[in-house]
Amino acid sequence: MLAAARCVVYRDLLLAVRRPGDVATALLFFVIVASLFPLGIGAEPNLLRAVAPGVIWVAALLSSMLSLGRLFAADYDDGTLEQMLLGAAPLGVIVAAKAFAHWLVSGLPLVAIAPLVALQYDLSPALYGVLALSLLLGTPVLSLIGAIGAALILGTRGGGVLLALLVLPLYVPVLVMGAGSVEMAEAGLGAAGQVLLLGAMLVVAAAFAPWAIAAALRISSE
Amino acid sequence: MLEAASLECERGGRTLFRGLSFALRAGEALRIAGANGSGKTSLLRILCGLAAPSAGEVRWQGSPIAGLRENYARQLVYLGHAPAVKGDLTATENLSITCTLAGLQIRKADLHAALERLGLTANAVAVKKLSQGQRRRAALARLCVSVAPLWLLDEPFSALDAGGIDVLRALVLEQLARGGAVVFTTHQDPGIQATHVLDLG
Repeated sequence: MLAAARCVVYRDLLLAVRRPGDVATALLFFVIVASLFPLGIGAEPNLLRAVAPGVIWVAALLSSMLSLGRLFAADYDDGTLEQMLLGAAPLGVIVAAKAFAHWLVSGLPLVAIAPLVALQYDLSPALYGVLALSLLLGTPVLSLIGAIGAALILGTRGGGVLLALLVLPLYVPVLVMGAGSVEMAEAGLGAAGQVLLLGAMLVVAAAFAPWAIAAALRISSE
Repeated sequence: MLEAASLECERGGRTLFRGLSFALRAGEALRIAGANGSGKTSLLRILCGLAAPSAGEVRWQGSPIAGLRENYARQLVYLGHAPAVKGDLTATENLSITCTLAGLQIRKADLHAALERLGLTANAVAVKKLSQGQRRRAALARLCVSVAPLWLLDEPFSALDAGGIDVLRALVLEQLARGGAVVFTTHQDPGIQATHVLDLG
């Protein structure tokens, strides 16, 4: 079972390495969206500091969603998804591994680059840690929830827009807690509450999302 | 081994087949024939458990496959219409990953032997750079290392040249001689004496 999970993570990372463009697109999208706001709003430091957490988190949401469409669609098209459905390991384990690989490729780079992007917003250095921590806990939840949507829209036409409509509302709690944690820390109130709630969301999503993804895949691949 | 009891399949409001029953014993082959759109692929997907029949059930060693899930999946190899190989990976990587997902532990030498038997060399060429027929061969290499008693093959002979067809025929005959069962769909006559032939019309 673990061998299968390791194999899926290895496979998806290998595919990402062979096609570095896909990873770079999502990452550049994040950087560009987050950089457009200071240009549009203007150089008013207090205003920028106030909008920074929300803008960076929204950019992270959109960037994470950008690569979701291909999460299962590519495997569906070339038939490897059928082989996963007929694999020796439970489907829940396989999809959890796929969501983890998606996070490694699309979420983790955001965590690393977010403090750099935050420089443009004149965020105080003490907040970089909170921002990175909130993204570290929040982006895996995005991958897990997004994978449910990606599994449901499999094989439908115009799936990309449908995916956004389906998944973005579900991202709201993560967005509220993620951006909220940075805002609380900014106000000097301490971010512990929001960060712990993000952690709780991650635990719940990690426990239940794989089974929802597996069920959705079985429905849409029939 | 494999039993189908009055299977019915409906697709888009049209009944493809109804009351379809057969029993396949060890060492037997079943050839499914029929025109395009007659439900050959749908039947294979029902047999391997990817799709549920509208009525009836499929039984493996006497128990319905709906309750067996992974335990049944471990007993079969299904090669579908799509070759199930990743274009960005090499043939060796593809085969090794497919085997791991199927729960098989295969030594490197066996992987290479399997690819060689299908006329592919283990090199660093991504599968997408190979021809259609070679891609098909990369998918079929899976059969060389399989120990599963049941093979379900959807149009395995398509896109293969004469040499490839010979290798595949030999593989199927070996599987039957081992006491395995093979279900396959085909348009052309593959030269395999199937024990049962099912014509979906």
